[in-house]
Amino acid sequence: MMSEVRFHGRGGQGVVTTSKILANAFARTGQYGASFPMFGFERRGAPVTAFGRFSDKPVREKTQIYNPNILVVLDPSQKKAANVFDGLVPGGMMLLNDKKNTDDVRHENLRKLAVVDANGIAMAEIGLPIPNTVVVGAFAKMSGLLDIGPVLEALADYFSGKKLAANEICARRGFDEVRIVEL
Amino acid sequence: MNTTATPSRIKVITGNAAAAIAAKLARPDVVAAYPITPQTEVIEQISTFYASGEMDCELITVEGENSAMNVVMAASLAGGRVFTASSSWGLVFMYDAVLAVAGARAPVVMVNVNRETPGIIAVSSGQQDMISTRDAGWIFLIAEDCQEVLDLVLQAYRLAEDYDIQLPVMVHYDGFFLSYLSEGVDIPEQKTVDQFLSVLKTQPKRTVLHPGEKLGVGSHGILGGYMELRHKHVTAMERSKAKFEEIDKEFADIFGRSYGGQVEEYRTDDADMVLVGSGSMCGTIKAVIDEQREKGVRIGLVKIRMYRPFPHKALVAALKGKKAIGVVDRSLAFGFDGGPIYTELKAFETRMDGAKLISFIDGIANTDITKTNVEKMIQMTGDLADGKDVPEVTWVSYPDANTKGEK
Repeated sequence: MMSEVRFHGRGGQGVVTTSKILANAFARTGQYGASFPMFGFERRGAPVTAFGRFSDKPVREKTQIYNPNILVVLDPSQKKAANVFDGLVPGGMMLLNDKKNTDDVRHENLRKLAVVDANGIAMAEIGLPIPNTVVVGAFAKMSGLLDIGPVLEALADYFSGKKLAANEICARRGFDEVRIVEL
Repeated sequence: MNTTATPSRIKVITGNAAAAIAAKLARPDVVAAYPITPQTEVIEQISTFYASGEMDCELITVEGENSAMNVVMAASLAGGRVFTASSSWGLVFMYDAVLAVAGARAPVVMVNVNRETPGIIAVSSGQQDMISTRDAGWIFLIAEDCQEVLDLVLQAYRLAEDYDIQLPVMVHYDGFFLSYLSEGVDIPEQKTVDQFLSVLKTQPKRTVLHPGEKLGVGSHGILGGYMELRHKHVTAMERSKAKFEEIDKEFADIFGRSYGGQVEEYRTDDADMVLVGSGSMCGTIKAVIDEQREKGVRIGLVKIRMYRPFPHKALVAALKGKKAIGVVDRSLAFGFDGGPIYTELKAFETRMDGAKLISFIDGIANTDITKTNVEKMIQMTGDLADGKDVPEVTWVSYPDANTKGEK
């Protein structure tokens, strides 16, 4: 079974790193992960989309994702943007970085909504509004496809020292504090 | 489904990181390069390896690509192992030196991260930079995924520096779709790579420049002298085909991965029709083929891994007797309707026992070669096999080209 995940955010939020850490974590379980971003000129604040395929079989597709079954939205301002829901398959899930309870986000194909205040947690733990490591922890909980262990192990490939310790707390808090609503 | 961590040698890295790690494992003496999207990460990673002492080389941070290629040419002619990397405008800016390297038979190894060329500014994927340099006299290899990027860079050193070849090798991989793709790569141990490359040390030493000694390279040649050098070059290019096959087999013995040499065949044995492609598109094509096979469609893929020299014998052997062949180009051959690889392969159509060819152009300037697009190509190739009237050339993602009759 392959999960096709589309990530929406803005340059500087760590969208690309989010997708990389998850691919990394999946590979650590003996599953397969492949992720890539699509953007033009690299700059902070510009919309960034990334794609992740996670599977128990090798992933060979090297094409963007048009029919995701999981959406990950790092930028709260995009939560109701029409293009975010493009192609979402029935029974889909969405993980949203938002401080509100956000029970107004709905889509006919959305069956599970998970909300985590990733910016708030990141501000508290690392002092920067970079939500990505909170989001990867929350993703593990919401999807049920990963334990928190491989996610924490994967972080060591991207951070070291105090930053690693702080980001590990972010991921754990994301895993523990994400609120999941079945729709 | 296991959701917990298990020990593994697999590292999740990008295509760019795979190229940089392969370069490190090959232990080059001199690296010179200039950053350009989508290649920049290669140079960032090598700089990190250099700064941390993991990589023991001369790292020359030049002011532009032209200097990069001249630096590695000089170092190569002095007997060093060298590496550089570029893309698109950078490759164009070093073009005179690219030609000079080939003329001097300097065994330079580089990666080119495929991107559209100047003319229309497009920071996006496409193989046009590869096509624009295809007649430079270099060996060109093309990778499909991150593992193959790493493996091809290692194989490139064996090919370039082989005493019987002595030609520069460029390893191509798609910008964006592969340069930024993070996926699992089995990173070999240093001692295994050392073992694989150690064959070169047992060969006679190539002629190199020494300060104070009278020896010329890239020197003036006219008439017969010029022809002699060029003929030797062409002959060495031809020899590199069999050498590449040998290296692939030896690589398989040591690393446990074989790709089939000049071309890789995927489910072609009983196929009525075949797509011919190269680079990252082949992963998507394979995934679609598996789906179509379940519906009983007898489709296969022939993947071009060695593009220069052109592997026409291997291609004819793989394609002979098929009913229809769709050639997918991620670039244009200005002056021809069809794509460049299609146009080249067309010259061998009469040797294919009746197989018919059509051209698909797709993936230009980051246009996604989607599964839907591949399904469309398979449908049209199937129609050709069934004897239906199918256009010779189709721009898959630009229907206007197929309806307006602009030709």
